[in-house]
Amino acid sequence: MTSHAAITGVHNTKVGEVAGSTCMSLHTEAALGALNDAGLERGDIDGVLCAYALTETYPMLSSAFCEYLGVDPNFNAGLHAGGATGSMMVMQAAALVNSGMCRHVLCVTGDNRLTGMTRDAAVAALSQFGHPQFEVPYGISVPSAYALVAQRYMHETGATLEHLAALAVKHRKHAAMHPDAHMTKPITMEDVANARIISSPLRLLDCCLISDGGAAIVVSAADAATDTRKRPVSVLGTGQGHTHEHICAAPSLTDFGCKTSSAHAFGEAGVTTADIDVAEIYDSFTITLLIELESIGFFEKGAAGEAALKGELTHGGKLPCNTHGGLLSFGHSGAAGGMFHVVEGVRQLRGEADIRQVPDAELAFVHGDGGILSAHCSMILGRT
Amino acid sequence: MTGKPAPVANADTKPFWDACNENRLTYQHCKSCGHAQFYPRSLCVQCGGAELEWRDAEPVGTVYTCTVVHRAPSPAFRADAPYVLALVDLSDGFRMMMNVINCAPESVAIGMPVRITFEDRDGQRVPQAEPAD
Repeated sequence: MTSHAAITGVHNTKVGEVAGSTCMSLHTEAALGALNDAGLERGDIDGVLCAYALTETYPMLSSAFCEYLGVDPNFNAGLHAGGATGSMMVMQAAALVNSGMCRHVLCVTGDNRLTGMTRDAAVAALSQFGHPQFEVPYGISVPSAYALVAQRYMHETGATLEHLAALAVKHRKHAAMHPDAHMTKPITMEDVANARIISSPLRLLDCCLISDGGAAIVVSAADAATDTRKRPVSVLGTGQGHTHEHICAAPSLTDFGCKTSSAHAFGEAGVTTADIDVAEIYDSFTITLLIELESIGFFEKGAAGEAALKGELTHGGKLPCNTHGGLLSFGHSGAAGGMFHVVEGVRQLRGEADIRQVPDAELAFVHGDGGILSAHCSMILGRT
Repeated sequence: MTGKPAPVANADTKPFWDACNENRLTYQHCKSCGHAQFYPRSLCVQCGGAELEWRDAEPVGTVYTCTVVHRAPSPAFRADAPYVLALVDLSDGFRMMMNVINCAPESVAIGMPVRITFEDRDGQRVPQAEPAD
């Protein structure tokens, strides 16, 4: 157990409309919070990983952040993998500490997408995820790309709108149990069904939020985890999968890279889906989570929706999932969106999840997906 | 002038976009493994081969998946909404994103046969799909 890289500090800022925030202030608040959580000082950090931001588009965000914070690490780099970035930063940080190159790596990300830019500007910026020649000229948006997947997936597996709605309702319930969540007002199945249509079959409440927020994680070498304040959480297994970037080039609309990434992570950790106590899985849209739950192997194809309807994905069910409320209700602040899942996984394993706590959680599965189910990173985290 | 974005060709894609301006839909055929490739690349993504030739495609296909977009990503598409975004499987064995036009958006469904038509974008024609019947 001691040979594994360890997560020793986590923090998320308030998420939603964070008045007076900037991209860099959210980074800083998250970073200092994670350092404080770990019981470390700025000077203890010898590696820094950042992602990207829409509101402050530095070509070298990671360097800009180190300059802003006033640190001069041995290793500093940016990662760009959309929603998979949060998990990937932790995977990369684990590799850095396992190699001996770093002792304590700070992974930090944040963006004030809600107050720092207009909603229209955010939607337009995100649509540039499309291929510039072969998708953008057709008016693709991120929701419409996921809608293309949803239509085909529902056509082949029999998943229904009710299945998707059950996921949205459950996430809102979970977010209401988190003091930092963006959207906490309860919603019903009818609310989801009657919400404004965005791109068929996806309605407004099938879509993630646009939020201000930041999150940070400290990953420490196994022998350095004793420097820190709290019980470390081990990174037991990791994996990635990359089948495409653009949805027009995806080899399948029913099987995605999460299959490979999770198989690798489970193999490395030596555990199976049945061993997982709590799962924090990327949920940019209701369909995203439904597909990932089935593709990863937690449920048979076509069964995740029924499970959601039966309450299997919440406390007391087979697989409590996205206990913080996910991107659908806790909030989505760019790369920080995927990092919130990691933070929640760690809190569950430390027993710090308050009223959201899954009793005796020992093993967590965390998954990030970037692009249009394009880039995947899975992790198995374990209580020590 | 549509205001909608026109694709900007590069060295990989110029033969494709030039052919569109002659109302021809083309794709890359790999001489080594026979793979029908779209979008255009400098290698065959299937076998890694470098010998790719341009072929004219049969301008027909079927809708693999589709969605009716109500919330346009930019002002240029707002007037079109609701519009159909689709992935179309061409009969020659490759897939493209297009809009399905010249029909009621709600009439478009998975499996629907379509044919290719071309739409002008500031002097560059782009392929689009319309119902085959």
